[in-house]
Amino acid sequence: MRTLYQFHGGVHPPTNKTQSTRTPIAPAPLPGKLVIPFHQHVGNMARPLVKAGNRVLKGQLIGMPEDGVSSAVHASTSGTISAIGMAVVAHASGLPDLCATLIPDGQEEWVTHEGMAYRTAAGADVRLALRLAGVVGLGGAVFPSDLKLRSGKHKIKSLVLNGAECEPYITCDDMLMRERAAEIIRGAEIMRFMLDAEEVLIGIEDNKPEAIAAMQLAAAASDDKMEVIVVPTIYPSGGAKQLMRILTGIEIAAGVRSTEKGMQCFNVATALSIYRALQFGEPLLSRIVTVTGNVRNAQNFEVLIGAPVNELVALADPLPDTNLYIMGGPMMGVPLPSAQVSVVKATNCIIAASDKLFPPPPPALPCIRCTRCAEACPADLQPQELFWFAQSKNFGKAQEYSLFDCIECGACSYVCPSHIPLVQYYRFAKSEIRALEHEQAAADLARERYEFRQSRIERDKQEKAEKLAQKEMTALAARQSAATPEAAADNSAQLRIQAAVEHAREQAAAARPKNIDTLTPRQQAEIAEIEARRAKAREMAHPDAGQPKE
Amino acid sequence: MLLSTFISKPDSVSAIMLKVLLALLPGIALYVWYYGPAILVSITLASITALATEAAMLKLRDRPVKPFLSDNSALLTAWLLALSIPPLAPWWLVVVGTAFAISVAKHLYGGLGNNPFNPAMIGYAVLIISFPSHMTHWLSPHGLGQVELSFADQLAYIFGGHLPSGIKLDAVTTATPLDTLKTQLQLDRPVKEILGMPIYGALAGKGSEMVALGYILGGAYLLFKRIITWHIPAAFLGTLLVTAGIFHLIDPGHYAAPLFHLTAGAAMLGAFFILTDPISGPTTPKGKLIFAAGAGFLTYVIRVFGGFPDGVAFATLLMNICVPLIDAYTQPPVFGKKDGGAK
Repeated sequence: MRTLYQFHGGVHPPTNKTQSTRTPIAPAPLPGKLVIPFHQHVGNMARPLVKAGNRVLKGQLIGMPEDGVSSAVHASTSGTISAIGMAVVAHASGLPDLCATLIPDGQEEWVTHEGMAYRTAAGADVRLALRLAGVVGLGGAVFPSDLKLRSGKHKIKSLVLNGAECEPYITCDDMLMRERAAEIIRGAEIMRFMLDAEEVLIGIEDNKPEAIAAMQLAAAASDDKMEVIVVPTIYPSGGAKQLMRILTGIEIAAGVRSTEKGMQCFNVATALSIYRALQFGEPLLSRIVTVTGNVRNAQNFEVLIGAPVNELVALADPLPDTNLYIMGGPMMGVPLPSAQVSVVKATNCIIAASDKLFPPPPPALPCIRCTRCAEACPADLQPQELFWFAQSKNFGKAQEYSLFDCIECGACSYVCPSHIPLVQYYRFAKSEIRALEHEQAAADLARERYEFRQSRIERDKQEKAEKLAQKEMTALAARQSAATPEAAADNSAQLRIQAAVEHAREQAAAARPKNIDTLTPRQQAEIAEIEARRAKAREMAHPDAGQPKE
Repeated sequence: MLLSTFISKPDSVSAIMLKVLLALLPGIALYVWYYGPAILVSITLASITALATEAAMLKLRDRPVKPFLSDNSALLTAWLLALSIPPLAPWWLVVVGTAFAISVAKHLYGGLGNNPFNPAMIGYAVLIISFPSHMTHWLSPHGLGQVELSFADQLAYIFGGHLPSGIKLDAVTTATPLDTLKTQLQLDRPVKEILGMPIYGALAGKGSEMVALGYILGGAYLLFKRIITWHIPAAFLGTLLVTAGIFHLIDPGHYAAPLFHLTAGAAMLGAFFILTDPISGPTTPKGKLIFAAGAGFLTYVIRVFGGFPDGVAFATLLMNICVPLIDAYTQPPVFGKKDGGAK
């Protein structure tokens, strides 16, 4: 029996999962139109390869990954590209992004594709194949998987497969594990091979007995060292760091990579798409989406990337009082700007919401310092202190109290008896701090330039004076045929100035803010999102102010 | 923009405060059993005063009245204060103390959630400093007074200040067991002899020790309901016990036994209901231990060496002062930054 560890805190919200697990995963019918965003992953947007009017085949690459962190985008079915342009995407900011609109022809005509011999091919080639197949983390982070499959300088002991699915309402991983356990295990074998990991640990919450049984059966058939580990149901056990803590007892601090502690973590659905991509050459064209909440027939669907949300939810028969659609679960999900947006790789769940299902909270009361939030916090933070600092815009203190270690799981907001939207305060403080640091960085750069210019002007002046002096001296020497030049002293003054300038520059470099300097690509993407949200919020706050000056 | 969680635990400030009020009921019931219904009059008076003051202050501060008036926090302050002052006190004593607690100690500091000091204890401190004589006339428990007042007589005294003719206040009231012990010790009588006086029961004061047991019952309910954690009661009572134990060991003739101190005065009320006030207390587990241990020690010192009949109120206020400092120095390590990061 394996020893399991606990993380601090956690909450037990009603799971509401059974509604959507009564029927098997159903394929969603081909929609009349697909709107496929070019930026569905963390990192740089994919570069469009098609134009309006092009006919594309199912699985055809239409968005080429850019350099650095990026991933590919494909035509989810065969048809004609009717437009390349901006459209509102599934994102809380409600901002439009570049998308390809694809009118399916109903033929489902595949591009030629074939699997690869991933066990004999070079690692770099296998990773490139995954990159070009658009495989990203399907647990919600949508981080390009190829970048996590490098066997780097750290020895990986455990490959952790995340099937915890702790967030209420969501059952897409549960159903996937029940129905396609064997393929998930194949994917896990590939990842274990690529990382050269010793073991595969598969964590599943104990409220999914069918999935556990299916995965155990499939894992037993594997030649690799695999273990399905049943973990207690507690939110957020499905957070990568929390799950790794439960399974191994090791805690990974904010800003530390799990590989440094010999672990790498993937979602179960990602394992399956890695298997499909390498075994059959199938890019990521669809995913399982739970449609639940205020609907008559909650169910999981296999949905093409780009399918409109409104057509998808119609399959589950939403009740008439539905007034909002949420992407994700009720703890961390984001409200969709409209039901017209399309399903993206990050869409694990669509919840139809109504005031009856999620009653608006009563007006927030002041914090009474009851510390229920601190007792619930899985990152061992003191949310009541962070709230105080965020509210009073005391951002320095907020950082001192580890604001950036907050994973925004919402456990604090969930338990707050004063109904304070705590996570919202932390997001606000984080984005303000990043904005300030950007401004600081810009100001530093400007000052550096100014100082450099000043020193250059000074130097020019000196050089001129020197030349003049030299001229005079040569003239003098010519006249007196003897010279006692003061150039040496002059020269040392110039050296001193140069040293001072150098010193100032070094100091400026050392003082550069840390929160925006050593960002992971994921954080950069988050910042970009937050910036977008900030812009939106500003716009909403001052609709007449026009362009904010920045 | 809805960006926070969409669901929340069905809980609220008013529900929490209500549970604390409920937890006081066993103690109040025993109070009535041993001392008669006068305490219910002061609780009612304090409650009405608290709600009226709260409403007036909210209006003055231009805050919404309804959500704050229904949060039950003013009621809790009122009940705790009423339980801390003699039940046979004149009506205006209760009113003045409660009004001061709510208006000055709570609202002038920013209202709910912002008061650095426990409002009920501020109210108590004001009364004991301003009206010391009125604060020392406690009702004798059943069967101990020379005469026993009927409820009508009690009401007449509370609101009119008149006792039935021929009865003196001293005949129906007595000093508290803690106070009596202190004054008798000054007469050089040994503890054992003093505790043999009729006002003393098995552990501490007759009657009051049973009320203390009622508070323990309520405290157990609060612990069970997870309204409070074990830290503060355990550290407070533990420190009080150990400090009293040390002095008792040194000189049992002069220092009462530790169990006496645990069940006398406001020790149990303080351990489960007063020091556990989250607003004026620390937030970290370690901080709670330090805070309550300090209060336990100070309570003993004030009781035994100080000039006031009980030490809980002043110990609470003195430790309230230290809360920001305690919190700042007891921040627990965050995820992944504990020693070694593992296990």
